[in-house]
Amino acid sequence: MALPLILAITIFVLAMLLGLEIITKVPTQLHTPLMSGSNAISGVTIIGALLAAGAGGALGGTFGLLAVVAAMINVVGGYLVTDRMLRMFKKR
Amino acid sequence: MDQNIVIAAYLLVAGLFVYGLKMMAHYRTARRGNFVSAIGMAIAIVFTLLARDDSGVWAVSGKDGWTFVIIAAVIGSGVGLFLAVTVRMTGMPQMVAMFNGFGGLASALVVFSECFKHWGARGDSDPVHMSVAIGISTLIGWVTFWGSLVAFARLQEFLLSGRPTLFKFQKIVNFAALGAVILLIVLWGMFPAAKLLIIPIAVIASALGVMFTIPIGGADMPVIISLLNSYSGLAACATGFVLKNPGLIIAGSLVGSSGIVLTRIMCIGMNRSLVNVLFGGVGAIVVAPGGGAGGDKRVTSWTAEDAAMCLEDSSLVFIVPGYGMAVAQAQHAVKELSDLLEERGVQVKFGIHEVAGRMPGHMNVLLAEAEVPYEKLCDRSETNSELDRADAVIVLGANDVVNPAARHDKGSPIYGMPILDVDKARTVMVMKRTLNPGFAGIDNELFYQDNTAMVFGDGKKTISDIIAVLRQ
Repeated sequence: MALPLILAITIFVLAMLLGLEIITKVPTQLHTPLMSGSNAISGVTIIGALLAAGAGGALGGTFGLLAVVAAMINVVGGYLVTDRMLRMFKKR
Repeated sequence: MDQNIVIAAYLLVAGLFVYGLKMMAHYRTARRGNFVSAIGMAIAIVFTLLARDDSGVWAVSGKDGWTFVIIAAVIGSGVGLFLAVTVRMTGMPQMVAMFNGFGGLASALVVFSECFKHWGARGDSDPVHMSVAIGISTLIGWVTFWGSLVAFARLQEFLLSGRPTLFKFQKIVNFAALGAVILLIVLWGMFPAAKLLIIPIAVIASALGVMFTIPIGGADMPVIISLLNSYSGLAACATGFVLKNPGLIIAGSLVGSSGIVLTRIMCIGMNRSLVNVLFGGVGAIVVAPGGGAGGDKRVTSWTAEDAAMCLEDSSLVFIVPGYGMAVAQAQHAVKELSDLLEERGVQVKFGIHEVAGRMPGHMNVLLAEAEVPYEKLCDRSETNSELDRADAVIVLGANDVVNPAARHDKGSPIYGMPILDVDKARTVMVMKRTLNPGFAGIDNELFYQDNTAMVFGDGKKTISDIIAVLRQ
Protein backbone atom coordinates (compact mmCIF):
# COMPACT_ATOMS: atom_id res chain seq x y z
CA MET A 1 0.00 0.00 0.00
CA ALA A 2 1.55 3.28 -1.08
CA LEU A 3 1.06 5.93 1.57
CA PRO A 4 3.35 8.95 1.47
CA LEU A 5 4.98 9.70 4.82
CA ILE A 6 3.55 13.20 5.08
CA LEU A 7 0.05 11.84 4.56
CA ALA A 8 0.67 9.14 7.17
CA ILE A 9 1.76 11.80 9.67
CA THR A 10 -1.33 13.90 8.88
CA ILE A 11 -3.60 10.92 9.51
CA PHE A 12 -1.71 10.16 12.73
CA VAL A 13 -2.04 13.68 14.14
CA LEU A 14 -5.72 13.95 13.24
CA ALA A 15 -6.52 10.54 14.75
CA MET A 16 -4.63 11.43 17.96
CA LEU A 17 -6.66 14.64 18.28
CA LEU A 18 -9.86 12.73 17.61
CA GLY A 19 -8.97 10.22 20.34
CA LEU A 20 -8.39 13.01 22.85
CA GLU A 21 -11.71 14.52 21.85
CA ILE A 22 -14.04 11.49 22.03
CA ILE A 23 -13.16 10.44 25.55
CA THR A 24 -13.29 13.44 27.79
CA LYS A 25 -16.09 12.79 30.23
CA VAL A 26 -16.50 9.18 31.18
CA PRO A 27 -18.34 8.11 34.33
CA THR A 28 -16.00 6.27 36.74
CA GLN A 29 -18.11 3.14 36.39
CA LEU A 30 -17.14 2.82 32.77
CA HIS A 31 -13.40 3.36 33.16
CA THR A 32 -12.54 -0.33 33.20
CA PRO A 33 -14.73 -1.41 30.28
CA LEU A 34 -13.56 1.55 28.23
CA MET A 35 -9.93 0.73 28.90
CA SER A 36 -10.47 -2.91 28.14
CA GLY A 37 -12.47 -2.07 24.99
CA SER A 38 -9.80 0.26 23.66
CA ASN A 39 -7.25 -2.42 24.49
CA ALA A 40 -9.18 -4.77 22.22
CA ILE A 41 -8.99 -2.17 19.46
CA SER A 42 -5.21 -2.10 19.81
CA GLY A 43 -5.43 -5.69 18.58
CA VAL A 44 -6.01 -4.08 15.18
CA THR A 45 -2.36 -4.92 14.71
CA ILE A 46 -3.89 -8.22 13.51
CA ILE A 47 -4.06 -6.45 10.12
CA GLY A 48 -0.29 -6.14 10.17
CA ALA A 49 0.06 -9.69 11.45
CA LEU A 50 -2.03 -11.12 8.60
CA LEU A 51 -0.07 -9.12 6.06
CA ALA A 52 3.20 -10.25 7.64
CA ALA A 53 2.15 -13.90 7.75
CA GLY A 54 1.65 -13.70 4.02
CA ALA A 55 4.92 -11.92 3.38
CA GLY A 56 7.93 -13.41 1.65
CA GLY A 57 10.56 -15.49 3.38
CA ALA A 58 10.35 -18.28 5.91
CA LEU A 59 11.70 -16.13 8.75
CA GLY A 60 9.36 -13.22 7.99
CA GLY A 61 6.40 -15.56 7.58
CA THR A 62 7.10 -17.35 10.87
CA PHE A 63 7.26 -14.10 12.82
CA GLY A 64 4.05 -13.14 11.06
CA LEU A 65 2.29 -16.31 12.16
CA LEU A 66 3.41 -15.80 15.76
CA ALA A 67 2.08 -12.25 15.50
CA VAL A 68 -1.27 -13.62 14.32
CA VAL A 69 -1.48 -15.81 17.44
CA ALA A 70 -0.62 -12.93 19.79
CA ALA A 71 -2.92 -10.45 18.06
CA MET A 72 -5.87 -12.86 18.04
CA ILE A 73 -5.45 -13.44 21.80
CA ASN A 74 -5.64 -9.67 22.22
CA VAL A 75 -8.65 -9.24 19.92
CA VAL A 76 -10.82 -12.16 21.03
CA GLY A 77 -9.88 -11.94 24.72
CA GLY A 78 -10.19 -8.15 24.77
CA TYR A 79 -13.67 -7.96 23.26
CA LEU A 80 -15.05 -10.88 25.27
CA VAL A 81 -13.74 -9.62 28.61
CA THR A 82 -15.14 -6.17 27.87
CA ASP A 83 -18.50 -7.65 26.99
CA ARG A 84 -18.50 -9.70 30.18
CA MET A 85 -17.99 -6.57 32.24
CA LEU A 86 -20.53 -4.49 30.35
CA ARG A 87 -23.11 -7.23 30.66
CA MET A 88 -22.95 -6.81 34.43
CA PHE A 89 -23.51 -3.09 34.17
CA LYS A 90 -26.50 -3.57 31.92
CA LYS A 91 -28.34 -6.11 34.03
CA ARG A 92 -30.50 -3.53 35.65
CA MET B 1 -8.97 -6.70 -4.84
CA ASP B 2 -8.68 -3.04 -5.72
CA GLN B 3 -6.54 -1.17 -3.20
CA ASN B 4 -9.05 1.68 -3.16
CA ILE B 5 -11.78 -0.62 -1.94
CA VAL B 6 -9.50 -1.86 0.84
CA ILE B 7 -8.69 1.71 1.88
CA ALA B 8 -12.39 2.58 1.84
CA ALA B 9 -13.02 -0.46 4.06
CA TYR B 10 -10.36 0.72 6.52
CA LEU B 11 -12.03 4.12 6.64
CA LEU B 12 -15.31 2.44 7.50
CA VAL B 13 -13.51 0.41 10.18
CA ALA B 14 -11.97 3.56 11.66
CA GLY B 15 -15.43 5.12 11.73
CA LEU B 16 -16.84 2.09 13.55
CA PHE B 17 -14.02 2.23 16.12
CA VAL B 18 -14.61 5.94 16.78
CA TYR B 19 -18.36 5.45 17.01
CA GLY B 20 -17.95 2.38 19.22
CA LEU B 21 -15.59 4.15 21.62
CA LYS B 22 -17.95 7.10 21.83
CA MET B 23 -20.86 4.80 22.65
CA MET B 24 -18.76 3.13 25.34
CA ALA B 25 -18.58 6.36 27.29
CA HIS B 26 -22.31 6.12 28.20
CA TYR B 27 -24.15 3.46 30.20
CA ARG B 28 -26.99 2.79 27.88
CA THR B 29 -24.94 2.37 24.77
CA ALA B 30 -21.74 0.91 26.19
CA ARG B 31 -22.35 -2.73 25.37
CA ARG B 32 -23.53 -1.96 21.85
CA GLY B 33 -20.49 0.28 21.44
CA ASN B 34 -18.19 -2.64 22.17
CA PHE B 35 -20.13 -4.71 19.65
CA VAL B 36 -19.85 -2.00 16.98
CA SER B 37 -16.12 -1.87 17.54
CA ALA B 38 -15.88 -5.69 17.29
CA ILE B 39 -17.71 -5.58 13.96
CA GLY B 40 -15.17 -3.02 12.81
CA MET B 41 -12.40 -5.44 13.74
CA ALA B 42 -14.08 -8.27 11.84
CA ILE B 43 -14.38 -6.10 8.72
CA ALA B 44 -10.72 -5.12 9.04
CA ILE B 45 -9.67 -8.77 9.19
CA VAL B 46 -11.86 -9.86 6.25
CA PHE B 47 -10.72 -7.06 3.95
CA THR B 48 -7.08 -7.59 4.84
CA LEU B 49 -7.41 -11.24 3.86
CA LEU B 50 -9.19 -10.33 0.63
CA ALA B 51 -6.46 -7.84 -0.19
CA ARG B 52 -3.82 -10.50 0.40
CA ASP B 53 -5.55 -12.93 -1.84
CA ASP B 54 -4.61 -10.89 -4.91
CA SER B 55 -0.89 -11.02 -4.39
CA GLY B 56 -1.25 -14.75 -4.23
CA VAL B 57 1.47 -16.57 -2.39
CA TRP B 58 1.43 -17.09 1.33
CA ALA B 59 4.83 -17.22 2.86
CA VAL B 60 5.32 -20.32 4.85
CA SER B 61 4.58 -22.88 2.18
CA GLY B 62 3.12 -21.33 -0.93
CA LYS B 63 -0.62 -21.62 -1.27
CA ASP B 64 -0.86 -23.88 1.78
CA GLY B 65 0.09 -20.83 3.82
CA TRP B 66 -3.63 -20.24 4.28
CA THR B 67 -3.78 -23.32 6.44
CA PHE B 68 -1.03 -22.01 8.69
CA VAL B 69 -2.64 -18.61 9.02
CA ILE B 70 -5.96 -20.18 9.92
CA ILE B 71 -4.29 -22.49 12.44
CA ALA B 72 -2.48 -19.53 14.01
CA ALA B 73 -5.72 -17.51 14.16
CA VAL B 74 -7.62 -20.42 15.70
CA ILE B 75 -4.94 -20.99 18.35
CA GLY B 76 -4.90 -17.29 19.25
CA SER B 77 -8.70 -17.05 19.35
CA GLY B 78 -8.91 -20.21 21.44
CA VAL B 79 -6.45 -18.93 24.02
CA GLY B 80 -8.18 -15.53 24.12
CA LEU B 81 -11.59 -17.15 24.48
CA PHE B 82 -10.40 -19.47 27.24
CA LEU B 83 -8.77 -16.68 29.24
CA ALA B 84 -11.71 -14.30 28.80
CA VAL B 85 -14.30 -16.85 29.89
CA THR B 86 -12.42 -18.35 32.81
CA VAL B 87 -10.97 -15.23 34.46
CA ARG B 88 -12.65 -14.24 37.70
CA MET B 89 -13.80 -10.69 38.14
CA THR B 90 -11.16 -10.14 40.80
CA GLY B 91 -8.49 -11.15 38.30
CA MET B 92 -9.61 -8.55 35.76
CA PRO B 93 -6.71 -6.10 36.16
CA GLN B 94 -4.06 -8.70 35.43
CA MET B 95 -6.06 -10.07 32.52
CA VAL B 96 -6.30 -6.63 30.91
CA ALA B 97 -2.55 -6.23 31.44
CA MET B 98 -1.93 -9.61 29.82
CA PHE B 99 -4.05 -8.90 26.71
CA ASN B 100 -2.33 -5.58 26.44
CA GLY B 101 1.04 -7.31 26.45
CA PHE B 102 -0.02 -9.62 23.63
CA GLY B 103 -1.05 -6.60 21.55
CA GLY B 104 2.40 -5.08 22.03
CA LEU B 105 4.06 -8.42 21.28
CA ALA B 106 2.06 -8.79 18.05
CA SER B 107 3.14 -5.33 16.87
CA ALA B 108 6.77 -6.10 17.71
CA LEU B 109 6.64 -9.41 15.82
CA VAL B 110 5.02 -7.79 12.79
CA VAL B 111 7.91 -5.38 12.37
CA PHE B 112 10.40 -8.21 12.98
CA SER B 113 8.78 -9.98 10.10
CA GLU B 114 8.83 -6.84 7.98
CA CYS B 115 12.50 -6.32 8.74
CA PHE B 116 13.53 -9.86 7.80
CA LYS B 117 11.11 -10.24 4.93
CA HIS B 118 13.43 -9.28 2.11
CA TRP B 119 16.67 -10.04 3.84
CA GLY B 120 19.48 -8.27 2.01
CA ALA B 121 17.20 -6.96 -0.71
CA ARG B 122 17.33 -3.26 -1.46
CA GLY B 123 13.82 -2.84 -2.70
CA ASP B 124 12.54 -0.27 -0.18
CA SER B 125 11.55 2.97 -1.81
CA ASP B 126 12.38 5.07 1.27
CA PRO B 127 14.74 3.02 3.43
CA VAL B 128 15.32 5.77 6.00
CA HIS B 129 11.65 6.10 6.84
CA MET B 130 11.40 2.30 7.00
CA SER B 131 14.32 1.70 9.32
CA VAL B 132 13.36 4.54 11.69
CA ALA B 133 9.72 3.42 11.74
CA ILE B 134 10.74 -0.19 12.37
CA GLY B 135 13.09 0.98 15.14
CA ILE B 136 10.40 3.03 16.89
CA SER B 137 7.84 0.28 16.51
CA THR B 138 10.27 -2.29 17.92
CA LEU B 139 10.98 -0.02 20.88
CA ILE B 140 7.32 0.62 21.77
CA GLY B 141 6.23 -2.95 21.07
CA TRP B 142 8.78 -4.62 23.33
CA VAL B 143 8.41 -2.01 26.08
CA THR B 144 4.64 -2.68 26.04
CA PHE B 145 5.11 -6.45 26.12
CA TRP B 146 7.62 -6.60 28.97
CA GLY B 147 5.99 -3.75 30.89
CA SER B 148 2.66 -5.57 30.74
CA LEU B 149 4.27 -8.82 31.88
CA VAL B 150 5.74 -7.05 34.92
CA ALA B 151 2.37 -5.42 35.66
CA PHE B 152 0.75 -8.85 35.35
CA ALA B 153 3.27 -10.40 37.74
CA ARG B 154 2.81 -7.56 40.23
CA LEU B 155 -1.00 -7.82 40.16
CA GLN B 156 -0.99 -11.59 40.34
CA GLU B 157 1.66 -11.30 43.07
CA PHE B 158 3.60 -13.87 41.08
CA LEU B 159 7.36 -13.45 41.67
CA LEU B 160 6.76 -9.80 42.58
CA SER B 161 5.02 -8.33 45.62
CA GLY B 162 2.93 -5.17 45.63
CA ARG B 163 5.89 -3.11 46.74
CA PRO B 164 8.03 -1.22 44.28
CA THR B 165 11.29 -2.90 43.35
CA LEU B 166 14.09 -0.37 43.45
CA PHE B 167 17.75 -0.72 42.69
CA LYS B 168 20.70 1.63 42.84
CA PHE B 169 21.22 4.16 40.05
CA GLN B 170 17.84 3.11 38.65
CA LYS B 171 17.08 6.43 37.00
CA ILE B 172 20.55 6.76 35.52
CA VAL B 173 20.43 3.23 34.13
CA ASN B 174 16.95 3.82 32.66
CA PHE B 175 17.91 7.07 31.00
CA ALA B 176 21.16 5.60 29.69
CA ALA B 177 19.25 2.67 28.19
CA LEU B 178 16.65 4.96 26.65
CA GLY B 179 19.43 7.16 25.24
CA ALA B 180 21.21 4.12 23.82
CA VAL B 181 18.11 2.85 22.09
CA ILE B 182 17.34 6.25 20.55
CA LEU B 183 20.94 6.47 19.37
CA LEU B 184 20.64 3.05 17.74
CA ILE B 185 17.45 4.09 15.94
CA VAL B 186 19.16 7.27 14.65
CA LEU B 187 22.15 5.19 13.53
CA TRP B 188 19.84 2.83 11.72
CA GLY B 189 18.25 5.79 9.97
CA MET B 190 21.72 6.80 8.79
CA PHE B 191 22.66 3.28 7.70
CA PRO B 192 19.37 1.66 6.68
CA ALA B 193 21.09 -1.46 5.36
CA ALA B 194 22.25 -2.46 8.87
CA LYS B 195 19.13 -4.52 9.54
CA LEU B 196 20.68 -6.48 12.37
CA LEU B 197 20.41 -3.32 14.51
CA ILE B 198 16.86 -4.45 15.21
CA ILE B 199 18.21 -7.08 17.61
CA PRO B 200 20.02 -4.77 20.08
CA ILE B 201 17.07 -2.37 19.86
CA ALA B 202 14.65 -5.17 20.79
CA VAL B 203 16.89 -6.37 23.63
CA ILE B 204 17.34 -2.92 25.18
CA ALA B 205 13.63 -2.14 24.70
CA SER B 206 12.72 -5.33 26.57
CA ALA B 207 15.04 -4.40 29.42
CA LEU B 208 13.52 -0.90 29.46
CA GLY B 209 10.01 -2.34 29.63
CA VAL B 210 10.99 -4.25 32.76
CA MET B 211 13.05 -1.48 34.36
CA PHE B 212 10.41 1.20 33.83
CA THR B 213 7.67 -0.91 35.38
CA ILE B 214 9.31 -2.60 38.37
CA PRO B 215 9.71 0.58 40.45
CA ILE B 216 5.96 1.17 40.22
CA GLY B 217 4.15 -0.21 43.24
CA GLY B 218 0.73 -1.77 43.57
CA ALA B 219 -0.98 1.47 44.58
CA ASP B 220 0.07 3.15 41.32
CA MET B 221 -1.19 0.29 39.15
CA PRO B 222 -4.25 2.16 37.79
CA VAL B 223 -1.89 4.69 36.23
CA ILE B 224 0.52 2.18 34.76
CA ILE B 225 -2.23 -0.06 33.40
CA SER B 226 -3.79 2.84 31.52
CA LEU B 227 -0.39 3.99 30.34
CA LEU B 228 0.54 0.55 28.99
CA ASN B 229 -2.83 0.47 27.28
CA SER B 230 -1.94 3.68 25.56
CA TYR B 231 1.47 2.24 24.56
CA SER B 232 -0.10 -0.81 22.95
CA GLY B 233 -2.12 1.55 20.74
CA LEU B 234 0.97 3.56 19.86
CA ALA B 235 2.79 0.30 19.04
CA ALA B 236 0.04 -0.61 16.57
CA CYS B 237 0.22 2.92 15.18
CA ALA B 238 4.00 2.71 14.68
CA THR B 239 3.47 -0.62 12.93
CA GLY B 240 1.04 1.21 10.66
CA PHE B 241 3.86 3.59 9.69
CA VAL B 242 6.05 0.59 8.83
CA LEU B 243 3.39 -1.10 6.72
CA LYS B 244 2.09 2.25 5.41
CA ASN B 245 -1.35 1.10 6.45
CA PRO B 246 -3.86 3.88 7.27
CA GLY B 247 -6.18 1.51 9.17
CA LEU B 248 -3.46 0.66 11.67
CA ILE B 249 -2.36 4.27 12.04
CA ILE B 250 -5.88 5.53 12.77
CA ALA B 251 -6.96 2.77 15.16
CA GLY B 252 -3.60 2.73 16.91
CA SER B 253 -3.56 6.44 17.57
CA LEU B 254 -7.17 6.39 18.78
CA VAL B 255 -6.19 3.88 21.46
CA GLY B 256 -2.96 5.74 22.13
CA SER B 257 -4.62 9.07 22.79
CA SER B 258 -7.69 7.76 24.61
CA GLY B 259 -5.28 5.84 26.85
CA ILE B 260 -3.51 9.10 27.60
CA VAL B 261 -6.83 10.67 28.63
CA LEU B 262 -7.51 7.82 31.05
CA THR B 263 -3.95 7.99 32.38
CA ARG B 264 -4.45 11.69 33.06
CA ILE B 265 -7.69 11.05 34.95
CA MET B 266 -5.83 8.54 37.14
CA CYS B 267 -2.95 10.95 37.72
CA ILE B 268 -5.37 13.68 38.81
CA GLY B 269 -6.97 11.19 41.21
CA MET B 270 -3.58 10.84 42.87
CA ASN B 271 -2.55 14.46 42.52
CA ARG B 272 0.65 13.35 40.86
CA SER B 273 2.20 14.05 37.53
CA LEU B 274 2.95 11.19 35.20
CA VAL B 275 6.67 11.85 35.55
CA ASN B 276 6.29 11.52 39.30
CA VAL B 277 4.51 8.16 39.01
CA LEU B 278 7.08 6.83 36.55
CA PHE B 279 10.12 7.92 38.49
CA GLY B 280 8.83 8.61 42.00
CA GLY B 281 8.88 5.08 43.42
CA VAL B 282 6.32 5.93 46.11
CA GLY B 283 5.99 3.14 48.63
CA ALA B 284 9.71 2.89 49.07
CA ILE B 285 9.23 5.65 51.62
CA VAL B 286 8.93 4.05 55.01
CA VAL B 287 7.37 6.34 57.56
CA ALA B 288 9.12 6.06 60.88
CA PRO B 289 6.89 4.53 63.56
CA GLY B 290 5.43 7.18 65.83
CA GLY B 291 5.80 9.77 63.08
CA GLY B 292 2.49 10.69 61.42
CA ALA B 293 -0.07 10.90 64.17
CA GLY B 294 1.98 12.64 66.83
CA GLY B 295 2.84 9.80 69.18
CA ASP B 296 -0.61 9.11 70.60
CA LYS B 297 -1.30 5.85 68.81
CA ARG B 298 -4.28 4.36 70.60
CA VAL B 299 -6.94 2.74 68.51
CA THR B 300 -10.47 1.73 69.36
CA SER B 301 -11.14 -1.88 68.50
CA TRP B 302 -14.66 -3.11 67.81
CA THR B 303 -16.23 -6.50 67.41
CA ALA B 304 -18.77 -7.41 64.72
CA GLU B 305 -21.53 -6.95 67.34
CA ASP B 306 -20.48 -3.35 68.03
CA ALA B 307 -20.39 -2.63 64.33
CA ALA B 308 -23.79 -4.18 63.73
CA MET B 309 -25.37 -2.13 66.52
CA CYS B 310 -23.89 1.06 65.18
CA LEU B 311 -25.10 0.32 61.65
CA GLU B 312 -28.61 -0.50 62.80
CA ASP B 313 -28.90 2.88 64.52
CA SER B 314 -27.79 4.81 61.45
CA SER B 315 -29.93 6.42 58.81
CA LEU B 316 -27.24 6.96 56.17
CA VAL B 317 -24.28 4.60 55.78
CA PHE B 318 -21.46 4.94 53.29
CA ILE B 319 -19.36 1.96 52.28
CA VAL B 320 -15.91 2.87 50.96
CA PRO B 321 -14.28 -0.12 49.27
CA GLY B 322 -10.64 -0.53 48.28
CA TYR B 323 -8.34 -3.19 46.97
CA GLY B 324 -8.81 -5.15 50.22
CA MET B 325 -12.39 -5.85 49.17
CA ALA B 326 -11.12 -7.40 45.95
CA VAL B 327 -8.57 -9.53 47.77
CA ALA B 328 -11.11 -10.77 50.31
CA GLN B 329 -13.70 -11.25 47.51
CA ALA B 330 -16.09 -9.49 49.84
CA GLN B 331 -18.27 -7.80 47.20
CA HIS B 332 -21.14 -10.30 47.47
CA ALA B 333 -21.16 -10.15 51.27
CA VAL B 334 -21.15 -6.35 51.02
CA LYS B 335 -24.15 -6.44 48.71
CA GLU B 336 -25.98 -8.72 51.15
CA LEU B 337 -25.21 -6.37 54.04
CA SER B 338 -26.38 -3.38 52.06
CA ASP B 339 -29.69 -5.11 51.17
CA LEU B 340 -30.23 -6.13 54.78
CA LEU B 341 -29.64 -2.59 56.03
CA GLU B 342 -31.96 -1.14 53.40
CA GLU B 343 -34.68 -3.55 54.53
CA ARG B 344 -34.33 -2.03 57.98
CA GLY B 345 -34.69 1.48 56.62
CA VAL B 346 -31.03 2.42 56.58
CA GLN B 347 -29.91 4.20 53.44
CA VAL B 348 -26.70 2.68 52.06
CA LYS B 349 -24.43 4.29 49.48
CA PHE B 350 -21.00 3.46 48.13
CA GLY B 351 -18.21 6.01 47.98
CA ILE B 352 -15.86 5.21 45.10
CA HIS B 353 -12.50 6.89 44.71
CA GLU B 354 -11.26 6.86 41.13
CA VAL B 355 -7.94 5.24 42.03
CA ALA B 356 -9.30 2.70 44.53
CA GLY B 357 -8.15 -0.74 43.46
CA ARG B 358 -5.62 -1.78 40.90
CA MET B 359 -7.08 -0.50 37.65
CA PRO B 360 -9.35 2.34 36.57
CA GLY B 361 -12.91 1.64 37.72
CA HIS B 362 -11.90 -1.57 39.53
CA MET B 363 -14.39 -1.19 42.40
CA ASN B 364 -17.27 -0.47 40.05
CA VAL B 365 -16.67 -3.71 38.19
CA LEU B 366 -16.63 -5.77 41.37
CA LEU B 367 -19.75 -4.12 42.78
CA ALA B 368 -21.51 -4.53 39.44
CA GLU B 369 -20.62 -8.22 39.58
CA ALA B 370 -22.34 -8.40 42.95
CA GLU B 371 -25.32 -6.61 41.38
CA VAL B 372 -25.16 -3.46 43.44
CA PRO B 373 -27.35 -0.95 41.54
CA TYR B 374 -25.12 1.71 40.08
CA GLU B 375 -27.33 4.53 41.36
CA LYS B 376 -25.87 3.64 44.75
CA LEU B 377 -22.31 4.19 43.60
CA CYS B 378 -21.18 7.76 44.22
CA ASP B 379 -18.03 9.28 42.80
CA ARG B 380 -15.60 11.27 44.90
CA SER B 381 -17.30 14.67 44.78
CA GLU B 382 -20.79 13.25 45.37
CA THR B 383 -19.51 11.23 48.29
CA ASN B 384 -17.69 14.14 49.87
CA SER B 385 -20.74 16.38 49.63
CA GLU B 386 -22.78 13.84 51.60
CA LEU B 387 -20.27 12.45 54.07
CA ASP B 388 -20.92 15.00 56.81
CA ARG B 389 -24.53 13.77 56.91
CA ALA B 390 -23.46 10.13 57.16
CA ASP B 391 -23.93 8.40 60.50
CA ALA B 392 -21.47 5.67 59.72
CA VAL B 393 -18.84 4.83 57.17
CA ILE B 394 -17.47 1.36 56.53
CA VAL B 395 -13.96 1.53 55.12
CA LEU B 396 -13.40 -1.87 53.61
CA GLY B 397 -9.85 -2.52 52.51
CA ALA B 398 -9.22 1.06 51.43
CA ASN B 399 -6.34 2.98 52.93
CA ASP B 400 -4.53 5.82 51.19
CA VAL B 401 -7.71 7.19 49.56
CA VAL B 402 -9.16 7.92 53.02
CA ASN B 403 -6.00 9.18 54.74
CA PRO B 404 -6.65 12.70 56.12
CA ALA B 405 -2.89 13.35 56.03
CA ALA B 406 -3.37 14.04 52.33
CA ARG B 407 -5.29 17.19 53.31
CA HIS B 408 -2.93 18.79 55.81
CA ASP B 409 0.36 16.94 56.35
CA LYS B 410 2.82 18.53 53.96
CA GLY B 411 5.42 15.94 54.88
CA SER B 412 3.28 13.02 53.80
CA PRO B 413 4.08 11.41 50.46
CA ILE B 414 0.39 11.55 49.54
CA TYR B 415 -0.07 15.22 50.51
CA GLY B 416 -2.43 16.95 48.08
CA MET B 417 -4.06 13.78 46.81
CA PRO B 418 -7.83 14.25 46.66
CA ILE B 419 -9.34 11.89 49.23
CA LEU B 420 -12.74 10.79 50.48
CA ASP B 421 -13.29 12.77 53.69
CA VAL B 422 -14.61 9.84 55.69
CA ASP B 423 -13.36 11.36 58.95
CA LYS B 424 -16.23 13.89 58.66
CA ALA B 425 -18.82 11.17 59.23
CA ARG B 426 -20.09 10.54 62.77
CA THR B 427 -18.54 7.10 63.07
CA VAL B 428 -15.92 5.46 60.89
CA MET B 429 -15.44 1.72 60.94
CA VAL B 430 -12.23 0.53 59.35
CA MET B 431 -12.21 -3.13 58.41
CA LYS B 432 -8.70 -4.35 58.02
CA ARG B 433 -6.59 -7.38 58.84
CA THR B 434 -3.98 -5.60 60.93
CA LEU B 435 -2.76 -2.11 61.67
CA ASN B 436 0.00 -2.52 59.09
CA PRO B 437 0.23 0.27 56.59
CA GLY B 438 -1.16 -0.72 53.18
CA PHE B 439 0.44 -1.31 49.83
CA ALA B 440 1.95 2.14 49.68
CA GLY B 441 3.49 1.77 53.14
CA ILE B 442 2.13 5.04 54.53
CA ASP B 443 0.74 5.19 58.05
CA ASN B 444 -2.88 6.32 58.26
CA GLU B 445 -3.84 8.78 61.01
CA LEU B 446 -7.52 8.02 60.40
CA PHE B 447 -7.10 4.84 62.45
CA TYR B 448 -6.20 6.80 65.58
CA GLN B 449 -9.04 9.31 65.52
CA ASP B 450 -11.68 9.42 68.24
CA ASN B 451 -14.57 8.69 65.90
CA THR B 452 -12.79 5.76 64.29
CA ALA B 453 -13.18 2.13 65.32
CA MET B 454 -11.09 -0.67 63.92
CA VAL B 455 -12.74 -3.99 63.17
CA PHE B 456 -9.85 -6.38 62.64
CA GLY B 457 -10.12 -9.49 60.51
CA ASP B 458 -10.70 -10.74 57.01
CA GLY B 459 -13.06 -8.35 55.21
CA LYS B 460 -15.46 -10.98 53.97
CA LYS B 461 -15.64 -12.75 57.32
CA THR B 462 -16.19 -9.50 59.22
CA ILE B 463 -19.04 -8.48 56.93
CA SER B 464 -20.59 -11.96 57.19
CA ASP B 465 -20.33 -11.79 60.99
CA ILE B 466 -22.11 -8.44 61.00
CA ILE B 467 -24.84 -9.88 58.79
CA ALA B 468 -25.21 -12.83 61.19
CA VAL B 469 -25.58 -10.48 64.16
CA LEU B 470 -28.15 -8.35 62.33
CA ARG B 471 -30.17 -11.46 61.44
CA GLN B 472 -30.39 -12.68 65.04
